[in-house]
Amino acid sequence: MTEIGLGHYLTLGAIIFSIGIIGIFLNRKNIIVILMSIELILLAVNINLVSFSIFLGDLTGQVFTLFILTVAAAEAAIGLAIIVVYYRNSGTIRVEHIDNLKG
Amino acid sequence: MIAHSIFFYTFSIIAIVSAIMVTASKNTVHSVFFLILDFISISCLFIMIGAEFLGMIMLIVYVGAVAVLFLFVVMMLNVAQQKNQWFSSEESSKHIPVGLIISTLIFVELIIVVGGWKYKPDLFDINNSIEINNVSNTHSLGQVLYTDYIHIFQISGMILLVAMIGAIVLTFRKRVGVKTQSYIKQISRERSDGVSVVKVESNKGVRIDD
Repeated sequence: MTEIGLGHYLTLGAIIFSIGIIGIFLNRKNIIVILMSIELILLAVNINLVSFSIFLGDLTGQVFTLFILTVAAAEAAIGLAIIVVYYRNSGTIRVEHIDNLKG
Repeated sequence: MIAHSIFFYTFSIIAIVSAIMVTASKNTVHSVFFLILDFISISCLFIMIGAEFLGMIMLIVYVGAVAVLFLFVVMMLNVAQQKNQWFSSEESSKHIPVGLIISTLIFVELIIVVGGWKYKPDLFDINNSIEINNVSNTHSLGQVLYTDYIHIFQISGMILLVAMIGAIVLTFRKRVGVKTQSYIKQISRERSDGVSVVKVESNKGVRIDD
């Protein structure tokens, strides 16, 4: 066990970020898991900001983590509201069925 | 430093495994459980390396609000095609082992963090540059947040307000066929709308339902 440094925390953030990206691409069940993957990605960003803030001795990273937390909460609320409305209209939230726009 | 390594590896391995389980789990309820476990592990890491305020705020915001919101929506939408089976006895008992495992892990993590609070200066002394003059993390964060970043702070409050109004407007549904009280109609009702004076001729009577 070596000494835990900045690189360990950045690696943890990178791993969680990659898991979130993989979750977005591989998921075909429902769109709620995609929203949860987005939350994981924001969490990885928060890990990076907090670890840089701690190891470099600058508080700005923690302040911006607070703002990211705010925006993530707002995004979760709006996204879940959209999902509820979509489910009310179409009766399903499976990802492969959401192709009404034919994009 | 050995203790710090053990703490870091424990919490980060739990966080990574639960992040994998969030994306790989078949049941969406289990995904939300593992998301809660992931957030708690990461907030324990934050508390350990000296960002106590952010760790606590993450516990409150994510575990207390966002994850419960997810859980409500998942339960409400019946997404796993298990219609009317989640709350019957034999189906809901399938959630009990996963929930027990995750809640035990969360309990152990919180015990480790709270119990290790006493040894925190021995664990980790790299954040001495931040903690000058015995000012705690929350104190110094507040000193920066309410002076230098006050405008961004208020804008984030506006973002929360807009999100709240947006969520209410999106999910608001005007029900038809339900009798409700309309104050405007009650107040603006005139005497001539309801009552009419009829001159009754003798031996004729009055039609009352026209």
